Amino acid sequence: MMHIDSRERNFIIGTTILLLIFGAAVLVSSFAFGFQVPAPVERIDPKVVATPGQSPWGDPVAERLRELAPNKYEVYILAQAWAFQPNQIRVPVGSTVTFYLTSKDVQHGFRLDGTNINMMVLPGEVSRLTATFDEPGEYNFICHEYCGVGHHTMYGQLIVEP
Amino acid sequence: MYAGTKKLTGWYLGVGMVALFIGGALGPLQKLEHVGINVYPALTNVGLNSYYQGLTIHGVLNVLVWTTFFIVGFLTFANVHSLKRDLTHPKLNWASLIIMIVGLVMAAVPVLLNLATVLFTFYPPLMASPYYYIGLTLVVIGSWVGGWGMFLTYRAWRKENPGVQTPLIALASNITMAMWQIATVGIAAEMLWLIIPWSLGLVDGIDPQLARTFFWFTGHPIVYFWLLPAYVAWYGMVPQQAGGKLFSEPMARLVFWLFLLLSIPVGLHHQYLDPSVPQGWKVVHAVLTYSLFIPSLLTAFNVIASLELGGRARGGTGLLGWIRTLPWDNPSFTAQNLAMILFAFGGIGGLTNASYNLNLVIHNTMWVPGHFHLTVGSGVTLTFFGIAYWLVPKLANKPLFSNKVALWQSWTWFVGMLLMSNGLHILGLNFGSPRRTMLGVAPYASADWQPLLIEAALGGIILGVSGLLFYTNMLGTVFSKKTLTEEIEMPVAEPLEAHPAPAWLDSWRPWVVATLVLIVVSYGPILVYLISNLNLTSPGFNKLW
Repeated sequence: MMHIDSRERNFIIGTTILLLIFGAAVLVSSFAFGFQVPAPVERIDPKVVATPGQSPWGDPVAERLRELAPNKYEVYILAQAWAFQPNQIRVPVGSTVTFYLTSKDVQHGFRLDGTNINMMVLPGEVSRLTATFDEPGEYNFICHEYCGVGHHTMYGQLIVEP
Repeated sequence: MYAGTKKLTGWYLGVGMVALFIGGALGPLQKLEHVGINVYPALTNVGLNSYYQGLTIHGVLNVLVWTTFFIVGFLTFANVHSLKRDLTHPKLNWASLIIMIVGLVMAAVPVLLNLATVLFTFYPPLMASPYYYIGLTLVVIGSWVGGWGMFLTYRAWRKENPGVQTPLIALASNITMAMWQIATVGIAAEMLWLIIPWSLGLVDGIDPQLARTFFWFTGHPIVYFWLLPAYVAWYGMVPQQAGGKLFSEPMARLVFWLFLLLSIPVGLHHQYLDPSVPQGWKVVHAVLTYSLFIPSLLTAFNVIASLELGGRARGGTGLLGWIRTLPWDNPSFTAQNLAMILFAFGGIGGLTNASYNLNLVIHNTMWVPGHFHLTVGSGVTLTFFGIAYWLVPKLANKPLFSNKVALWQSWTWFVGMLLMSNGLHILGLNFGSPRRTMLGVAPYASADWQPLLIEAALGGIILGVSGLLFYTNMLGTVFSKKTLTEEIEMPVAEPLEAHPAPAWLDSWRPWVVATLVLIVVSYGPILVYLISNLNLTSPGFNKLW
């Protein structure tokens, strides 16, 4: 073994304990409080994903928000350069909404203000996260992955109605 | 001494600095766009078409070209001077330089022609000209060849010096290059298997999820490829420049081995928000990423203790009095010390990026460029400037043009970066403002963002001025008519205690084997999963910019 100065050894032990506490806090909060990151849903063909009848993203835009039960919704948002479809979604306050996104062209991002919803949107993959909306208001969802010269115009709004 | 190596190093540094000059010059333009001053329309005469083309040039030249050229040059030089043994196969090292330059030109031409406005991450299915991908691949291959030249020289030294422990600087330099060789397997797979055949039209589709996974296999260790050469200087050279000694030499060796072991199996922490990567593997990489903070914390203790030895040797007393007596009049020292301070903030912020859940708040927001301008933009780049303040005079055999300008450069970089990164971090954390976006014309940009964007723009302008001071000094030095009266020696820190490190810290096989095993364990299952569900369905998009 090698000689380690006692002050250095104490520093190593102290900082390692600190990291273990941080790490435990992250993992415990993730699982105990249900913070979610995306997980595999399914893999699809982006060339036909917007074709009517081929997938939920092929349905008319007005039918992409579905009420599954009172205050329980799912919405299928298609990302493409440089728009989300639909780009305006209205739900009543207290709703729980599951967002399903995919892209029909290049990579995009989806971050919904005021929530922990943040995910990459890839062609060929389905991204899914859920949030509950207890405060009425207008929440922007913004594309955060460069997708071409119109990238900065790509956003939409979730309106939580009182 | 080693005239050939000197000349070779000069070429690497020179090309790297030209790249950083162009790439760096575009940085303030981005920050100005964010406050509504878009100068890109005025630049169409010089062939710049958009903010995003400028951003691509900024990213590619700064983090791929400047870093790689400086690092291969600096480590080749440091290895030779640390071993006190010239290159065994100088032709191999010259071939490395030539391959890297050919690759750079091949990649730069389509970027400048607006045929590759895909940013430095080039996520498919955005599809650039194939020359862009082939050029970048050649830059990486050239850096491999440079590494082979270093390894052969090191092997020859080992044969000539049986039983002698490898000098710290040489060991650390070779570990850095070995880590890079293993880490770049990911980008090689992405380029050679997926992207290049697809961009040439040989196959119709690509799998964007698998491409991202290969990219980040290399994309996290690449930050340690940038950082470890700075650590070579902080451990191996700065203690001497500070007038002190290296507090714990064996611990410094352990740190570099830990970086070899842990730099690679952590890439999924860049992909927490990717759809088709299972959560379990994200957690595994989250834990491994946290373990990667341990060698950096060891570095904080060891390097600061070494600086304290220097400050006290120079007459400093009291709990903090030694800080004042450090050689703040030496620009090489000052630049590197300020780089360390900025890097400490970057490291702390990095804990957030690494955290499985906190990352949800800041992923792809302005927090991220705020973070990496403290790390690669300061911890690394300002350290490289500090190295250049002794290395360029040595290579050119001319005195530094101006110590005063160099000191001003160091401090302006420090202040500019504090302002810019502070503004960017808060924008990301509090407002979720997206990164790499023309915020000056984004319809959703809120008035609340404005003060922070102005702060960041001010920082960006100060950084631009600081950059000009650096180039003034470099050009002034290289074109000076004076010559050095006495030769500059590479600073080499003495260990505080003469006990040699134990043999297991000078033994490659166990560390390399452990590194490969850890990669197979942490990446094997996820790669098997993605490849067995291969989804080569995405055609290329090359008309979106």
